[in-house]
Amino acid sequence: MFRMQGRLVDNLPKVYGLYTGGFIVFIILMAILDKLGVSAATIGILFVAFTILIYALIGWLSRTMELGAYYVAGREVPAVYNGMATAADWMSGASFVALAGGIYFGGYGYMAFIVGWTGGYVLVNALMAPYLRKFGCYTVPDFIGTRYGGNFARLIAVIILVTASFTYVTAQIDASGTIAARALQIKYETGVWVGLVAILMCSMLGGMRAVTWTQVAQYIVLIIAYLVPIIWMSNRQGFGLIPHFSYGGAIHRIQELEPMVKLGLKATESFPGRSILTVPLNATGAPLESWKFFTLALCMMAGTASLPHILMRYFTTPSVRSARKSVAWSLFFIFLLYFSAPCLATLTKLQLLDPNLPTSVIGKPFAEVANLAWIKNWASVGMVAISDSNKDGILQINELFMRPDIIVLATPEIAGLPYVISGLVAAGGLAAAMSTADGLILAIANALSHDLYYKMIDPKADVKLRLIVARVLLVVIGVLAAFIASLHITSILGAVAWAFCFACSGLFFPLVLGVWWKRANREGAIAGMICGFVAGSAYLYYVQNGGAPWWGIDGLRFGMIGMPISLVTMVAVSLMTPAPDEETQRMVDNTRIPTGGTILEASH
Amino acid sequence: MPSNDADRIARHWSKTRTLTIVILCFWAFFAFVLPWNTKALNAFSFMGFPLGYYFIAQGSLIAFVVMIFVQNWMQDKIDDEFGFHEEK
Repeated sequence: MFRMQGRLVDNLPKVYGLYTGGFIVFIILMAILDKLGVSAATIGILFVAFTILIYALIGWLSRTMELGAYYVAGREVPAVYNGMATAADWMSGASFVALAGGIYFGGYGYMAFIVGWTGGYVLVNALMAPYLRKFGCYTVPDFIGTRYGGNFARLIAVIILVTASFTYVTAQIDASGTIAARALQIKYETGVWVGLVAILMCSMLGGMRAVTWTQVAQYIVLIIAYLVPIIWMSNRQGFGLIPHFSYGGAIHRIQELEPMVKLGLKATESFPGRSILTVPLNATGAPLESWKFFTLALCMMAGTASLPHILMRYFTTPSVRSARKSVAWSLFFIFLLYFSAPCLATLTKLQLLDPNLPTSVIGKPFAEVANLAWIKNWASVGMVAISDSNKDGILQINELFMRPDIIVLATPEIAGLPYVISGLVAAGGLAAAMSTADGLILAIANALSHDLYYKMIDPKADVKLRLIVARVLLVVIGVLAAFIASLHITSILGAVAWAFCFACSGLFFPLVLGVWWKRANREGAIAGMICGFVAGSAYLYYVQNGGAPWWGIDGLRFGMIGMPISLVTMVAVSLMTPAPDEETQRMVDNTRIPTGGTILEASH
Repeated sequence: MPSNDADRIARHWSKTRTLTIVILCFWAFFAFVLPWNTKALNAFSFMGFPLGYYFIAQGSLIAFVVMIFVQNWMQDKIDDEFGFHEEK
């Protein structure tokens, strides 16, 4: 280990520069081993094991017994680094693993996730982050509880937070289990627990401080892992060094190929969890399409601005101005991955469809395709299936079945890239899933330990006890989430969309109006939270149990039901009950002034 | 709180609010209006992309990033104008 002059925050460029350099050296080393004939499996294990060890080391070095460091990383994280940490916190296993696959299979409709998950940051920046930072809270329910007053409002906020984040975290542990299982060649059920141990090592000892510094490290791994295969593939296909601005030709080519391969043919067989490609890449202008895009994008944006594990990242910056600046950097770092996802989906699709490319499979002799290494590998774990349904000896578009979430993981193999790239992608996917899981588990545990235990149950607890309770809760929540994940209930992307809808149904308007409408009072906020959350959940229950969706609002967009109900009840009830007292009004005024001390005391 | 101070705070907030509303209008345009009309925009071409596709895959995203940086730059100016400088 090298010696550091002064504190970590003063040496960040040096530390992370060294780290990035080290990671690149590691990749090159793996590439050499690959050439020397070391087996693919060994390289996969080395990638996953090496990165997990680094995160665990950072987690251990960041251990703390201070409240401020545990809950808000000492409020000393510079804007750019907080941006990176937020980006890792934000980009989940779903973004990394499933998003490009969703676009591959879902086309225009899934692009709403891209627009929604970036546009939401405009709301975070304009409506929430600077004001919550000024408030000086430790958790999101802390804001609700103080702004509206009373433990009941705080409790409702905690319940919504736990529901939304817990739905989300099971999906992340599921993703880390899937990747760990594949890379380490162990059973999925074991993979889930390996993933959990890795996640807890990052957060348990140092709370928010440890999570912040591991998330920065995880962002660096995940963005390298996402971009390298795309750039590599693009150079092979002749779309230039950076394909993002020049793959327009690929879209036109796919639109040309789609009728030729008879896109839209129904499958005549079925394989559980796997599907064939039926949806065109680009919009067809069907009547419901635009509406579905709009509703999904809106739910994802409002959800972004209400998800506590994201909002709490902006509590860690030194000032209001740096909180704003770090939202901007967050979105920039997120953008780097999100504008690559459609590019990856397009290039992969072209690889498989275009008969002029050596990697194409559609229209090729069935026996030849069945012999491809990647088909065999992924078929053996139940992720891919091919079947010559019409017995003509040729693979048709409706005879190739894939699980949508393997597109990113399998792309390097499909494109025939060396195995070192597959190892890198596995490490990246694991980083994405782990960093989000960490943020979420911490958000839940902090809300329970700070808002439920300290503020409501035992306000006299000393610092040591509070930190022990926080850590015990962290482990308990992690174990519960891993247990539920091991049951495999919904697909990765589905569970993620639910979390956003839970959050925006219950929390969006109480948070926004808490800053932007002085007249909003406790009764209104409580009514808004309960009615929005209950209505949204009830609608989800209705749709999940076979109810016909109203106007195309399905289980992915139930925030469209919860949000308006939350808004209407909150405004109506607020107006029917007395205005908040003088002191609360002054507090709101003070929240809007960017300078001066925080509203809550530094260590509350 | 002296009354000129209260006035300063009120004017700061009114400018902040106007800026926020303007930004949200731009946001709604790139987040909803353009994606809603993807099919129609696809009749045009931009850098080799169908225009509608380009916006939902890249254009709107770039607009969001720029929007936040611009808003923050203008908000900093508003804060400075009313004397809410960064401490330290």
